Amino acid sequence: MRRERVPIVVVALAAVGAAFFILPLLGLLVRSPWRDAVSSLAAPETIEALKLSLIASLSATGVALVLGVPLAWIYARVEFPGRGVLRALTTLPMVLPPVVGGIALLLAFGRRGLLGSWLDRSFGITLPFTTAGVVMAETFVAMPFLILTVEAGLRSMDRRYEEAARTLGASRWRVFTRVTLPLIGPSLFAGAVLCWARALGEFGATITFAGNFPGVTQTMPLAVYLLLETNQEASFILSLVLLLISLVVLVGLRSRWLGSV
Amino acid sequence: MSLDVALSVRLGALELDVEVTIGEGEVVALLGPNGAGKTTLLRAIAGLAPLGSGHVGLDGQVLEDTATGDYVPTEQRPIGFVFQDYLLFPHLSVLDNVAFGLRSRGTRPRVATEKSLEWLDRVGMRSYAHAKPAELSGGQRQRVALARALAPAPRLLLLDEPLAALDITTRADVRRDLKQHLASFEGIRLVVTHDPLEAMALADRLIIMETGRLVQTGTPAEITQRPRSPYVADLVGVNLLRGEADHGSVRIPGGPVVAAAGAESGDVFAVIHPRAVSVHRRRPDGSPRNVWQGRASGIEVIGDRVRIRIDGEVRVVAEVTPAALKELDLGEGGEVWLSFKATEVGVYPA
Repeated sequence: MRRERVPIVVVALAAVGAAFFILPLLGLLVRSPWRDAVSSLAAPETIEALKLSLIASLSATGVALVLGVPLAWIYARVEFPGRGVLRALTTLPMVLPPVVGGIALLLAFGRRGLLGSWLDRSFGITLPFTTAGVVMAETFVAMPFLILTVEAGLRSMDRRYEEAARTLGASRWRVFTRVTLPLIGPSLFAGAVLCWARALGEFGATITFAGNFPGVTQTMPLAVYLLLETNQEASFILSLVLLLISLVVLVGLRSRWLGSV
Repeated sequence: MSLDVALSVRLGALELDVEVTIGEGEVVALLGPNGAGKTTLLRAIAGLAPLGSGHVGLDGQVLEDTATGDYVPTEQRPIGFVFQDYLLFPHLSVLDNVAFGLRSRGTRPRVATEKSLEWLDRVGMRSYAHAKPAELSGGQRQRVALARALAPAPRLLLLDEPLAALDITTRADVRRDLKQHLASFEGIRLVVTHDPLEAMALADRLIIMETGRLVQTGTPAEITQRPRSPYVADLVGVNLLRGEADHGSVRIPGGPVVAAAGAESGDVFAVIHPRAVSVHRRRPDGSPRNVWQGRASGIEVIGDRVRIRIDGEVRVVAEVTPAALKELDLGEGGEVWLSFKATEVGVYPA
């Protein structure tokens, strides 16, 4: 079969488009001070930021799993008035500017926020500008990815397996843990990974709601941004680390979830 | 032990309205065309389809009664269910599939494993204990599904088209095995099928269902000899007429008067086996009391027999040998005479 001739204009525009993505990555690779890589990575501030980032993003993923899977289950399985509106509200952060999310979080959980003032008065709990605040900001922004992925998984699974389990005497909880969850395993995994990657890269909501205190709320993306003004080389290296993580996530998801392309 | 069901369920356009009692240890086949509501009935008995109204009772225990609001959830009903495509859990091994019911009902892991291995032994699948369902053939899956349903010792076993997912070459073997395994189970067995051969091979009693209603019940012999609806007559391959009996004859409304030796009076069915119908090109003379003229509207060869559909005042199917067909020199659309004896007409009250 003769190959179809691709219009030159399309090729040119596509090439520019591809270069737009590839050049910055190339820049990061070429201009990174490889000689200082080890010392930059081993610097205490870097280690601290990296540790905080991992703890916060994994915690956010954990919270998202605990709260997001039930939400997804309700969206997929329960019909009630206002379901569409509720789903839209809980997935709004996917399209909301993260800074706006951070401000919204402050207005709800800040010291003078809707719930925050009560938490402060009654229990002396303050959430903003703490590590817990970082986890909240990251969960807020990242959980929708998990909700939508898991909901899609629940909708596409064959529910008759659940019926078969019930005829075998399985309680609802046993059906859920032994049949439903394993059957939506791939969706659950993909949702959790997407959620974690999004949490790891979170910047806007975090800096707005949790601030930028080294060791407490300064995550990797915040450190990268700050280092850009004080120690460019180190910020390049940290960027490279984040890039590497993203790449691993993408490749991992490609084979497991997105199918081969 | 008995199953006692009277229920109505609405599912889309289908209105299921069924009353049935099944006695201790019976193997009953629920036979009917696609869309008759057979599967829905099974699901209602298992508690998977909500009842519109009615009740389901097993061994005197009320499983569901819409009048009193009693409802035992599916997972607490002593019912085993073999689904049409078996629905073995794809993420569990064969052994864990069989052990699932025992574990769900609180059996300790070691005991559950032992018992499951025994069950796999019984159905000849022990060597596949650690295989995943995807590695099994259709017949093997069916055996595992049966072991899985029976392992928790249910009192009622429901099977939904247990052979439909198999290809035709293995079906006969699997059916024989299934009959054997069903025989070793002591509770009530209810098999849904649309295949009369399967129903008669597996069951002591048939229940025929059409468009949400039971139309006939009886042993395979009773059903074959005395079909009570065109669908059943078609299933067992006989000619069924209905009319008014009058001492030696049956008057078919808008049709002929059939001479029938056993006819007395009242609304009756008259059944004529196709083999009892002779086909001629010229008007036959001699003893047969029933002689009609018609046109051969369909000629179908089935194995070593030929079924000729003859449209006259009523439609009748005759069955002849291929040699006889050749001798008749008959093609579709040909004019024929058919005849059968008055003593060949079975008559019973409608």
